[in-house]
Order: sequence, then C-alpha cells, then structure tokens
Amino acid sequence: MSIQYKSIKELKNMLNDKDISHTELVQETFLNIKNNSALNAFITLNEEESLKKANNLDNTPSSGSLAGVPIAQKDLFCTKDLKTTCGSNMLSNFIPPYSATVIENLENAGCISVGKTNMDEFAMGSSNETSFYGNVQNPWGKNLVPGGSSGGSAAAVAAGIVPAASGTDTGGSIRQPASLCGISGLKPTYGRVSRWGMIAFASSLDQAGPMARTAEDCALLLNEMCSHDEKDTTSIDEAIPDFTENLNSSIQGLKIGLVKEFDLSKLDNDVVQVFEESKKHYESLGAEFIEISLPNISLSVPTYYVVAPAECSSNLSRFDGVKFGKRCDSPKDLEELYIKTRSEGFGDEVKRRILIGSYVLSAGFYDAYYKKAQQVRRLIKNDFDSAFKSVDIIMSPTTRGAAFEAGSKGDDPIQMYLEDLFTIPANLAGLPAMSIPNGMIDNKPIGLQLIGNFLDESRLLQAAHNFQISSDWHLKTPSGNKS
Amino acid sequence: MSWETVIGLEIHVQLSTDSKLFSGGSTSFGAEPNTHVDLIDLGLPGVLPVANRGAFHKAIRFGLATNAEINQTSTFDRKNYFYPDLPKGYQITQMALPIVGKGSIKIEVEGQEKIINITRAHLEEDAGKSIHDLFDGETGVDLNRAGTPLLEIVSEPEISNAKEAVAYFKAIRQIVTFLDICDGNMAQGSMRCDVNVSVKKSDAAELGTRAEIKNINSFKFIEKAINFEIDRQIRILEAGDSIIQETRLYDSVKNETRSMRSKEEANDYRYFPCPDLLPVVISDEELIEIKNNLPELPDEKEKRYVKEFGLDSSEAKIIASSKTMANMFEGACAKTDDSKLVANWLVGDISALLNKENIDIDESNLTSENFATLIERISDKTISGKIAKSVLEEIWETGSDVDDIIESKGLVQIQDESLLETIAQTVIDNNPSQVDAFKGGKDKLFGFFVGQVMKETQGKANPQSVNEILKRLLS
Repeated sequence: MSIQYKSIKELKNMLNDKDISHTELVQETFLNIKNNSALNAFITLNEEESLKKANNLDNTPSSGSLAGVPIAQKDLFCTKDLKTTCGSNMLSNFIPPYSATVIENLENAGCISVGKTNMDEFAMGSSNETSFYGNVQNPWGKNLVPGGSSGGSAAAVAAGIVPAASGTDTGGSIRQPASLCGISGLKPTYGRVSRWGMIAFASSLDQAGPMARTAEDCALLLNEMCSHDEKDTTSIDEAIPDFTENLNSSIQGLKIGLVKEFDLSKLDNDVVQVFEESKKHYESLGAEFIEISLPNISLSVPTYYVVAPAECSSNLSRFDGVKFGKRCDSPKDLEELYIKTRSEGFGDEVKRRILIGSYVLSAGFYDAYYKKAQQVRRLIKNDFDSAFKSVDIIMSPTTRGAAFEAGSKGDDPIQMYLEDLFTIPANLAGLPAMSIPNGMIDNKPIGLQLIGNFLDESRLLQAAHNFQISSDWHLKTPSGNKS
Repeated sequence: MSWETVIGLEIHVQLSTDSKLFSGGSTSFGAEPNTHVDLIDLGLPGVLPVANRGAFHKAIRFGLATNAEINQTSTFDRKNYFYPDLPKGYQITQMALPIVGKGSIKIEVEGQEKIINITRAHLEEDAGKSIHDLFDGETGVDLNRAGTPLLEIVSEPEISNAKEAVAYFKAIRQIVTFLDICDGNMAQGSMRCDVNVSVKKSDAAELGTRAEIKNINSFKFIEKAINFEIDRQIRILEAGDSIIQETRLYDSVKNETRSMRSKEEANDYRYFPCPDLLPVVISDEELIEIKNNLPELPDEKEKRYVKEFGLDSSEAKIIASSKTMANMFEGACAKTDDSKLVANWLVGDISALLNKENIDIDESNLTSENFATLIERISDKTISGKIAKSVLEEIWETGSDVDDIIESKGLVQIQDESLLETIAQTVIDNNPSQVDAFKGGKDKLFGFFVGQVMKETQGKANPQSVNEILKRLLS
C-alpha cells in the first residue's frame, strides 16, 4: 500500500488499523527518500536508528500522539549523536552531544526522525541556493527552487516522502517554501516553541514550526512541539491549548484584515487573481473583510535586514575553529586561524550578512542603524496591535509569485531579500503566521498567508482548516491530484 | 606648577556562587582543565543562557552596602570580540542598564578619611584562561573559569595617588568579603583590577590623556604599577611629548608597564542588547528580603565589640576590619568569657606577626578553629601564656593543630603543687647566696627564682602557682 502523499492523520489510521506496520512504514519512507534522491532534500539520513525505533513500536505499542510518524528534521536543530550541519561547511563534521527541545518533544510524542533536511546555509536564503550541500529541487519542476531556508523540509513533504517536517522561520523560512512547494506551514508566536538546540541565526526572530500537508496536521504537530522551556528564557510561560480543538468550528463572522499598504497591483495578474478567489472563498464561508492600515509596514524589509544580520554577526562568532566544527589546515598564527577558518567555512551569503551586521553594530553607526531599526520594529508591532483591535486575522499572499528558477535572481541580493516582503512583518512583530496552498500558476503552487494575533495560533489553524475542508488546493501533488 | 594624578579603578570581583552566571556549571577553583564546562559554557551551537538569580542577589548586597541605587530592572548586552578563551565570541555583560548604579565607599589613608564615588557595578561572565607556557609553540585553553559571575565595580576618577588606590581596593575587598559575596582570594584571581591613570597640571581644568593598566591582582603591584605609570607620564609630558591613549600591561618582574595596544588597535566591541535574555526584574519583596538579611559590616561590628565585649575602640577597629579576624574573635569569645584576652592576642602577638611578614591573616596558617582552641587551652590553664606564644609560632610555621603541638612537645602546664614545691626547694637549696641577698632586701631577685623554676620545668610550670610556692618557701 502506497504511503506517498499521505497525511499524518491518514498514516496514523493505517497504523492503527494494522494496514501497515511501523517497520514497513519506515522502510517505505526510506525507499521514497532514495527514489527521490535527485531532490537533494536530505543532508543526513538516520535509517538504522529509525528502523530500530519502528521495530520497538511494533513490539511495544506507544501511546504517543504521533507514535511511528516519520518526520524530517531541518538540519538546524541539534540532534544528539546525529550530524547537524546547518547547511554549512563550517559544521560539516559537527555531531551534537544533545538534542533540541523541539526534537525531544516530537520524539517523546513518538515521531521517528528519519533524517536531516537540506537548507540555506545557517537559514540565510530564500531559495536553498546558499546550502553548502547543493541546491534542493522543487518537486514541482526540475529547475525550480523550493524556496528557503527550510527548502529541504518543504520539498520532502511536497514530494510525499514524509507527512511532516520541522522548519524554522526567521523572516519567512517556513511560509515561503511552504508556498512555493504547495504545502502548509506555520510559524508560531515568538516564544511558543523553545529555541534550545536551534542553531541561532537571529535570536529575536527565530521560531520553529511545523510543515505538513494540511493545517490539521500542523495542529497535531504544534501540540507536541510547544512547551514552556526553562532552558530558554524567551520561551512563553502560558497554557498551551489543544490546537485541534476548534479546527472544525465555523468561521462565520470571522473578521479578516486586508493590509492597505500591501500594493497588490505591483504583482502579476495571476497572483492577484488567485488571491481574489481565496477572498471569495472565505466570504462564502461567512468571513468578512475589513481594510486595515499598517502605516510602517513598508519599512519591514530594511528593518529586518538591519536586525537579523546584526544578531547573526554576533551569533556566528562562535564558529572560530577553536572548539568545534571546521578548523583550517595549519594556520601560522591565531589571526590566520580565524581568517582562514571563517573564509573557508562560510559561504558568500553568510559572509555578506556578517559584514552587514558588523557594520550596523559598529561604533558610530549603532544609533543610526541598529537602534533606529529597533525603534521602527516597535512601531510595526504597534501597528499590528491596533489592527488586531478590529480584525481577527490578517490575510495576504505569502509570496510575490510561484517558484522561480534556480539562478534566476542573479547576483542581486536585494531581489532575493524582497522575496520575504509579505512574511517578514510577522517575525518583526513576533506574531503567528501560516501559509496554505490556495492556487496554481502555470502548474506551480502558490500560498496564502494568514497572520494571527499574539498566541492565537488556534484561530489561524481553524481558518486554514475551514478553507481546506472546502477546497482541494492542498491535495494537489506534483504527480497529479491526490486520490 | 605641580602635577596632579587622576586615577579610576575597575575592579572585577568573582562572585562566590556555586554555579556560573548563565549555566549550571561549577565555579570551584583548581579543577583539572576543562572539567567544569557544560554545553552553555562551551558556547555550543543552539545553547541559550539562563541568568543565575543568586548572582543578582549578591550584586544587590554590594549595592546596598555602598548606598547605591539598585536598578530593579536590569538588562544584558553582548560585547563582541574574538579570543580563544571566549567561547561564544562575545561576552555577556551589562552595559546599558547595570544592576547597581551610583554609590560610594569610605576609604582611609594615614588617618584621613575620603569618600570615593562608585559609578556603577555590573554583572558579567568571566572568560576562560589561555595557557601559553605549557605547550611548545601552541596555546592551551582552559574553559573552567568561562561563565563565572563577575561583578565589575567602576569607580569615579577621584583617586589621587597610589596609596588611595590601594586603600580603595582594600575597602572594596573588605566589603565584599564581609558581605560573603566573594572569597577575596587575590592569588586565585578572585579579585583583579584595571587601573586608569592620567596626570595633568594642577590648574588644568581638563583631565589628561589616560592609560589603562590591565589585570593587576595584588595590593603591592597596584601601588608599584601606578607609581611607575605616574613617573612615566610626567617624564613624557615634561619632555614636551604627549601621552598616547592605550592599554598597558604591568610586568611585576621588571616593575614597569608596557604598551599592549593603542586606541587605534582597540576592539570595536559592537555592543548590543543580548536577544537571548529578558530583562531581570527584582521585586520590591525580593529587595526588602535581601536588605533585611544583609550581614553585619565592619563599622557596625566595631560598635558592637565596644558595647558588647568592652573592647577599646582602637582594638575593636583592628579586629572588625578583617572578616577573618572578626570571625576568629567571635569564635574564640564563644569559648571563653575573657574577651579581653582574645582581643589582646589578636591585636598583640598575631598582628605583630602579620605586620612582620606583611601579610593578611587569610594568607597565614592560623585558622579560626585553631585560634579558638589556643584561647581555650590558655583559659583552662592547660598551657601558660608564655607557652601559648611558642605554640602560636609553631602554628605560624606549620599550621599544625594546637592540641597536637601541646601533646607532641609535652607542653601541658605543670599544675602539680607538690612537684612544683620540690623543684622550688631544689632551686632554693642550690642558690644559698641569692637566698641570703633576697632575704637581705634584694626583692628583685624574686624573679631570678621564678626564672630558675621555669627553666627546670622548660617553662611548663603554672606561673601563678610558682609565685605562690616561692613566696611561701622564701618567707
């Protein structure tokens, strides 16, 4: 029985009904991984350990809510005794002595981590082209990028290899690849999911979240990923609801905000048309639309490209060739150890951001850049706070278009940075946001972004699930409509 | 026109918490290299710091004891620079909003009191140690110390000479040891300081260009380094040249400071708020609790010793000035009613030994327990005061236990009256001419007889009994 493209819910039913054993499921998964090796979605596989766990589950049934569910983990999460590269040459030999809290939470719920997925180096990129381990192919087209930085995770789910993957989102790294690969992905409220064991890119923006075929699966995953973690002081100490509880409740009367400042007229007609159809769809479900204003939203991208590189320049200082990771060969002195190790270990995009970050934090420029950016960030957050007084969620396209071809953005990093135009504001404000498939352009999927109020993931998931039970965009696969 | 010196000190105090500032790693000194290092101290990818509240409480104690403002909300910043013993490539410190704000401390130099204002005191993590002399052509890194909590106490530039600087450092050391927030052990690096020195013509309004001398860890070197630096700067200025703003290193072997790096070569630390740590908020209740449990400080102790134990204020001051000495005093007084006797030993013989060797009581072999036993053995007449002096000398040399010394050297005082009487009679019988002279009115000879008895008993006779017996036998 084929397991390709099956959702978590479907696989769990198959396991419960003994249509398939845990071991068969894992074997089948690795077969699919190998058949799809051209995608280059995985950096490291965890086959032996996965089969062992499956065998254990076959012998001793587990009550874990996700028992036996194969999951692909973004290679940014530390996994004990399993190589963790963060997409970088710098960590090509790094085997962590501990696991991230997210990994532990998922594995405690019974998930089987089948491998580590490819990603933009240190999560810096929107096309997965910055990975030291090569491009990831979008299952929807040979030369198409899967988006980034969680490109391997998105491709693995989109190709139907695994029903679920973990991702991280600093400026759109879950939502943008979800959009470009035609899957569902959720970035939770900043602090919902512990950052312990996530290799930091920009600490005040990074947030882990689920990537799956459906909003319902995202809810199942989020239930297990969240926890208040004393090892992360920015982790939120608030009750964690059952995110599946309200999925099927009607969204009659849901107030959806449309951002006045998002000028859709600059987008391709196709994109606008897909978005307009989704609006009509939500109207048919009983939602009403209200225009809202986020006056400072146009400053999001420049603000982000000051804050994120600043934090990254400091976070990546620990990769110096002294304690772990790569060390250059025979440096003649300390300075050369640093220079050679970091020159060889980091790729161009990472270096670019370290340079930008070092510049904006340097004496004499701090006030003009970093401090100013933090002030603007506060204004953007205030804009959202006011908006959420009149609406329940905010809706926009996730991306400016569908998947583009590798290399098509050329050498202009600004063009690539603008990819995250719609996704960045939620990171700056710390708000939950998700992307669900809502249409096709030239046989390529595209996503719809829903942004929620602080800690209001439940409402996002409810709105997304309502959309999915009344449409079939999320059922489309690269090999045709899902049966 | 004469030259005027302006000095400011930055003192790094290692706080005596069990675990590190941001991890559960142990802070104990002297372990095998890299054995007290956990994931956080190592700065592994993905780890996050969690602030140790105990360190905040200790910092607050210091603030309260120096009448400082306490910032009930304080924040952390990152100071970025590369060095092999700095695992993360940045140090977490408090730049923008330190836990302790403006305060002050009283110092005394040659009987003159002066108030030195303290700009701020902030928490930060210590770095590890680079070991340059153990491996041929390579440097070793020991991260045991990495993450140990430091309180950096920054003075205003109000110190006028080397003696004041030393007095200030001693005053800070006194406070932190009394507050039980630091062991004050300078040899182990528990307290270190950076000294900023500049000179100017005494009528000049503006401060001169300063040099910072890094990482000095003894009173003696502070004084020497400052005096060297003042001379150097005056020499340069008098030759018509100007001082370069720079960081200098003190070489205690050559007794000189030399340039480490100039302002141009200085790091741009790229400070920014640490995004991994939320502001630390101290509640009113927490602050009151710390205030109510503040240990007794030297001034209060001094007053109490006068009132409660009847000491002279000069004695009380000497004893109360050192936490160890105060502990010895209070410990010994618990074993005897004769607090005067205890004070005499501390202010007399012990202080004399300390002065002779120019050391601090913590650096001596004398422990509180041993001192209390010594006093107890004097009080219960096991040994005489004279024997006690030789016991003290033995302790000073070897650190041996009082009772062991008494037993192994057979120093127990002879109390046996009949034995003493026999000895006294022999002395009298053997010295007929002195007996005649004494009886003829040469009263001073009494001491001769006492001395002879003491000689016969190797000083172990109870002097009081000897006096009585001799008086009786010679009458």
